[in-house]
Amino acid sequence: MALPQNLVAEFNELLTHYPHKQAALIPALHRCQEELGGWISPQTMEDCAAFFGLEPVEVYGVASFYPMFRMRPPGKHVVSVCHNISCALRGSDELLAKVCEVTGAPVHGTSADGRFSVNTVECQGACANAPMFDLDGVYHEDLTPEKAARILGEVK
Amino acid sequence: MSQHPTYLLDRAKIEGAHTLAVAQKHGAYEALRKILKEGITYAQVIQVVKDSGLRGRGGAGFPTGMKWSFMPDPAKDPRPRYLAVNADESEPGTCKDRVLMEQDPHGFIEGCLVAAYAIRAQAVYIYVRGEYRHPYNRVFQALAEARKAGLVGKRILGSDFDCEVWMHKGAGAYICGEETGLMESLEGKRGHPRPKPPFPAMFGLWGQPTTVNNVETVFNAPFIVNRGAAWFQSMGTKTSTGNLLVGVSGHVNRPGVYELPFGVSCREIVEDVCGGVWKGKRLKGFFPGGSSTGVLPASFLDTKLEHDAIKATGSMLGTAAMIVMDEDTCMVRAHEIIARFYEHESCGQCSQCREGTQWLHQIFRRIENGEGRHEDIDMLVTLSQGMAPGKTICALSDAAAIPTLAVVKHFRSEFQEHVEKGACPHLPAGTRRPVLAGHGAAH
Repeated sequence: MALPQNLVAEFNELLTHYPHKQAALIPALHRCQEELGGWISPQTMEDCAAFFGLEPVEVYGVASFYPMFRMRPPGKHVVSVCHNISCALRGSDELLAKVCEVTGAPVHGTSADGRFSVNTVECQGACANAPMFDLDGVYHEDLTPEKAARILGEVK
Repeated sequence: MSQHPTYLLDRAKIEGAHTLAVAQKHGAYEALRKILKEGITYAQVIQVVKDSGLRGRGGAGFPTGMKWSFMPDPAKDPRPRYLAVNADESEPGTCKDRVLMEQDPHGFIEGCLVAAYAIRAQAVYIYVRGEYRHPYNRVFQALAEARKAGLVGKRILGSDFDCEVWMHKGAGAYICGEETGLMESLEGKRGHPRPKPPFPAMFGLWGQPTTVNNVETVFNAPFIVNRGAAWFQSMGTKTSTGNLLVGVSGHVNRPGVYELPFGVSCREIVEDVCGGVWKGKRLKGFFPGGSSTGVLPASFLDTKLEHDAIKATGSMLGTAAMIVMDEDTCMVRAHEIIARFYEHESCGQCSQCREGTQWLHQIFRRIENGEGRHEDIDMLVTLSQGMAPGKTICALSDAAAIPTLAVVKHFRSEFQEHVEKGACPHLPAGTRRPVLAGHGAAH
């Protein structure tokens, strides 16, 4: 296996931003996760290692350090509910309970139909608009359990 | 509402300010033009910023002009040099840099360029937390427009100033907001902070001279260049000059990000700017500047929001992210959450931090769950004293210890009540907080 050509082209462009190759690794892992199934598979790590001239374990060491990189495949949609202090003060416990109820997914798990993964995450920098969740990379802020149910109900 | 002079958010409030045409109509890139057309030297830029008294807005409050002057003289040290802009905004409660990036990205890019000019950096790396996709995209698009207009890249505005600006995405680790952790991460490694010295000005990104500045810090620079040091000093206090963005979250009627001069009282912020504590409730306490700054009880509400006055209370100004808590808030639960956060975010290099943050979380959790012992309260204190100050490579350990010491000092009776009752007094009798969430998994 090798990285798809479009990603190789993108990574080669990325390399021009930095004096050292490895600096492009984290941006590259982001693109891999976006394009290759929503997670960083062992194969992806091997392919990135080959591209960057690193050992696979070095790529694993970096990828596993960063919470945004998923080490297992997620459901079709990912809901990340902030549960840090500012959101907790404004009802993130109730929000999380509603999200789990509506999606059928357990916290840090995926619904049986594979449609939703639900996670808790630490502060997302939306504190003045708490509580919030990130749905597939888009922030939804100033939520109530009812609003959340409506938003999730509209997801295809 | 309070009436104070503003400048930081003026352009951000204009419709379409994220586009180059609108931003330029409202003054964006004027300071850059002034520098390059009038031949203002880098030393003059550093001097005016020094004279203005600008202090870093990322939490430490270090004088910006002084930090810039630490960069070695390029005549004697011709190595490549960099500006790294810290847009990893991750301190719980903090949501201010996002506003600047989303709503006035050209003002931000101009700030990057003015700072880069002052330290003679040939490249700027903007390290944006990975979750900030919208702010990232806004700055990315603005950069493309600015590059096309000759404002970024080679021979900026026809001058001999070359400066590239690159954006770089983080991936969800709080520790990368620590300047040396940020540099490690930018190099494509785990975000493990480096021991200092050597300091970034001598040994930074790829071992080259580097300055790391917060988004709001560089954002201030063009205003100072345009309007002068005396104008800047006319706002704020003697030792904390200018305006700052105050992000208020928690139990207020109007949470938000507000531009205020240093020195307004916390009372004015909570009661006037934010419309008071929500639901007509009384205030129990507040964090003045994010979760790493020790909590203060309501009796401190008249404290002025500026570095010295907040420091005198035993807390810190931090990122001026006020987190407000009403009378029904359980302080043990609030700090259990914060302790969980630091446990999750510890990079694991130093044992005091790696082990200490886990133990703090465990102890807070068992007290909150009614399984605490009286000696646990003092154990929180002795444990925290073993974690800070200055016992580890970076300040994350301190950031976990300081709020612990503060909450035990100011709210000890709440801890005792939990232990004596064998339950959280803020929950209905016979109930426990549902354990919904563990932690550690990915987004």
